[in-house]
Amino acid sequence: MIKFVLMVNRQGQTRLSRYYQPVALRRRAALEADVVRGCLYRKKDQCSFVEYKDFKLVYRHYASLYIVVGITESENELSVYELVHNFVEVLDKYFSRVSELDIMFNMDKVHLILDEMIQNGHVVETSRTRILAPLSALDTLALS
Amino acid sequence: MSPTVRLQEMIRVIRSARTQGEERGVIQRECAAIRAQFRQADNGGRSHNLAKLLYVHMLGYPAHFGQMECVRLIASPRYNEKRVGYLGAMMLLDENQDASLLITNSIKNDLAHSSQYVQSLALCTLACMGSAEMCRDLAPEIDRLLRASSSYIKKKATLCAVHIVRKVPELGELFTPAARALLAEKNHGVLHGAIILITELCERNTQTLVQFREAVPELVHIMRGLVTSGYSPEHTVAGISDPFLQVRILRLLRILGRNNDTASDAMNDLLAQVATNTDSSKTAGSAVLYETVLTVMDIKSESGLRVLAVNILGRFLLNNDRNIRYISMTSLQKIVMTDHNAVQRHRGTIVDCLKDQDASVKRRALELSLALVSAINIRSMMKELLLFLSTCPPELKSHAASGIFNAAERYAPSQRWHIDTILHVLTTAGGDVRDETVPNLIQLITNTSQLHCYTVHKLYRALVADISQQPLVQVACWCIGEYGDSLLRGECEETEPVQVTEDDILDALETVLQSHMSSPATRGFALTATMKLSTRITENVDRIRSIVSIYGSCIDVELQQRAVEYNALFKKYDHMRAAVLEKMPVMDRSSSGQTNGESGGGGVQELEPTKPKQPEVVVAPQPASQVCDLLDLLSGPDEPSLPGTTLGPASSMTGSAGGDLLDLLGGLELTPTLPTVPAAVTVYEKSGVCLKLSCERPLDASQTITLTATNASDHDITAFTLQAAVPKNVQLQMKAPSGDALPARSSASVTQTVLLHNPNKVSLKMRVRLSYISQGSTVQDTVQIDSFPSPGL
Repeated sequence: MIKFVLMVNRQGQTRLSRYYQPVALRRRAALEADVVRGCLYRKKDQCSFVEYKDFKLVYRHYASLYIVVGITESENELSVYELVHNFVEVLDKYFSRVSELDIMFNMDKVHLILDEMIQNGHVVETSRTRILAPLSALDTLALS
Repeated sequence: MSPTVRLQEMIRVIRSARTQGEERGVIQRECAAIRAQFRQADNGGRSHNLAKLLYVHMLGYPAHFGQMECVRLIASPRYNEKRVGYLGAMMLLDENQDASLLITNSIKNDLAHSSQYVQSLALCTLACMGSAEMCRDLAPEIDRLLRASSSYIKKKATLCAVHIVRKVPELGELFTPAARALLAEKNHGVLHGAIILITELCERNTQTLVQFREAVPELVHIMRGLVTSGYSPEHTVAGISDPFLQVRILRLLRILGRNNDTASDAMNDLLAQVATNTDSSKTAGSAVLYETVLTVMDIKSESGLRVLAVNILGRFLLNNDRNIRYISMTSLQKIVMTDHNAVQRHRGTIVDCLKDQDASVKRRALELSLALVSAINIRSMMKELLLFLSTCPPELKSHAASGIFNAAERYAPSQRWHIDTILHVLTTAGGDVRDETVPNLIQLITNTSQLHCYTVHKLYRALVADISQQPLVQVACWCIGEYGDSLLRGECEETEPVQVTEDDILDALETVLQSHMSSPATRGFALTATMKLSTRITENVDRIRSIVSIYGSCIDVELQQRAVEYNALFKKYDHMRAAVLEKMPVMDRSSSGQTNGESGGGGVQELEPTKPKQPEVVVAPQPASQVCDLLDLLSGPDEPSLPGTTLGPASSMTGSAGGDLLDLLGGLELTPTLPTVPAAVTVYEKSGVCLKLSCERPLDASQTITLTATNASDHDITAFTLQAAVPKNVQLQMKAPSGDALPARSSASVTQTVLLHNPNKVSLKMRVRLSYISQGSTVQDTVQIDSFPSPGL
């Protein structure tokens, strides 16, 4: 299962964090810093899977953002790699050419999208249209 | 004022803070304002305050005062507020907080709400942080939702059920029938959730697992549909239709097919189809293929399929994408134990990966290379591994060094090669080898007596070149101490001769003693070596005496003790000095691994045959197979005896060789040399060949018998072997003989030890068959031993 999803920028600031296994608040900062250190200083030609403590990290780099997903040993890393890309594509469609600022300022919406895709550490839905359908319905509902 | 703008404005302000302190100040002000707002009565801005609070929480600041606000917002009828309230609950609350109990009722109401979006919010929150009591309360609701609602709700309900099953495993039975029914769904999202639920149920409960085995044909059908279906706009990723679902189904099939033949048979065709049809040019396809390979390896698949799987992994190894290379090596690591030959075919590529840039890939390649080393490829593999050792990152050095030692230990083609390899490792990575390497290496050197000259020359040269690598220095000191005379003699057939004088040697040892790079243990080695040289060299004994007496006042207690004792040896016990400092006898390895306090690491090596006995291993298996034939001939015994191929005699190995002067002195008090020979009885004598048997003290039901053979005739005897058979219920273990050649006129003898284990205390009888070649013809003879001599002292 997926343990957490983090979106971090180049300077190490967290833009999005979602934990699917409870982690105490004071340990979160240390964990995030550690994970980020592990991923940010890797060169381009190194592979995207890092063994960290007793679980694995899968990270992908998009422009100024790093998306890091922590997964347990039994999960298929390539599948999670694809999942990250899927997530970014969904965000792209929703925000039309998503950028780091979009994610920062619309954190609640991004959380909702994430909840539509990943629930409780497992993948719920991967189809772009199906994920975004309820969101657009909710947006119209909210405006009205 | 639109509240989201206020959140955005706050974010902007926080971003513009230039220092950490400024940011903290801004956030504290905001938090104070939010707290004030919470205390007030209901106003339109509650949800936005909570949103701001969540942002602040994400940055790592405490936000627990928002918990009650979450509860209030969840209970609100407005959708916007509910939404933020549930989000807040998921982020701020967990089951340890008391506030979470308060939302149980709200969740219950919302699960029955008319709007499916509200239902989905409730489901999501329950799945995220539901405690065991909440789960128990709401499980029937979830079950209802699993059966009859829209697919949007169903997929969320399945994942909620997964959470419930995790928290309260007994409720698994409640969801089993619903889960089974869900397999018939067409909606991929629901199907995905159902598969996850079934996986969870099967992992927790073996009866459910058995139940779901019947669903294997259905799963196979679904999977086949996915693989052969054409383009579907919703779920296709890079040409593969819904790879996520495929991966999930494959994992479930793996769990169902494990250890079960019928289920595995049903899956064989499907797996073959997936393996051949999936396009692996993009990551999505590779992900599916990877999962397929893992499944094939885990279930009881047929061999053709396994070969196909290993070939897929081999193809991955050649892929340009390093992620895929890493993945394939991880899987190859798992299967190298079971399908060794198949993996050997890809050895070349694996060895190439040792040179990859990425540290994770290097680590995997190292482990895999070490697992693939075998007797055939040892030389080429070792070349690659040694090259790797000189360039590898420091965190892998010790692992690589110990792996190389193990491999060299097991498959060294010659002793000189073995020693060369170990010396090479010590010079390249000497600081990273494990502690037990030093005694193991010393023992190895002692046992290869013909290479003493060569070894000591090489070590001396290495010592002179560099004294920073402690294990190397320790071994070098020890060897120089032991074999200093060969070093002085100068000529040696294997390396170029170099003139070494006694002064040079003593200079080298003194440098080691005085250098601040030497650890105390190393100094101990050097001091003992200097002492030993006093008997091996002739001229500079006074210099040695002066060195030793200097250290009599050393600060280090261990060194001081040694130096004082050596001094005493010079003064009072000078007559004993030669005997005490004699060359060490050949050390034997004990099967119980009694090394200097570390029994774990040496254990693996102890059980392998030691190198000098290598030629005798060849002889031993032959009598072993023929013992069984012998038993067929004999009428009585039908219990097969244990063929004796283990070679470890019982004497225990002494620890660090250099520091055992005290043991030697202690041994000197008792009568030295060979143990008393127990009474030997001649059991066979014919045409000059004489076989004697002697027993040792029986311990419980075991006896050790030594058979000694001599040849009194005028002709040499070769290929002398002994086979033995014993009655039923007695276990026989024959150790390797000391040799197989009996030269004429009793100039030498062959001994073989036999262990008998007699638990039922039946009367011991033994039939021994001798066979040998004398004057070109093979002679075979059998002798029956009915009575055994009484054991000696």
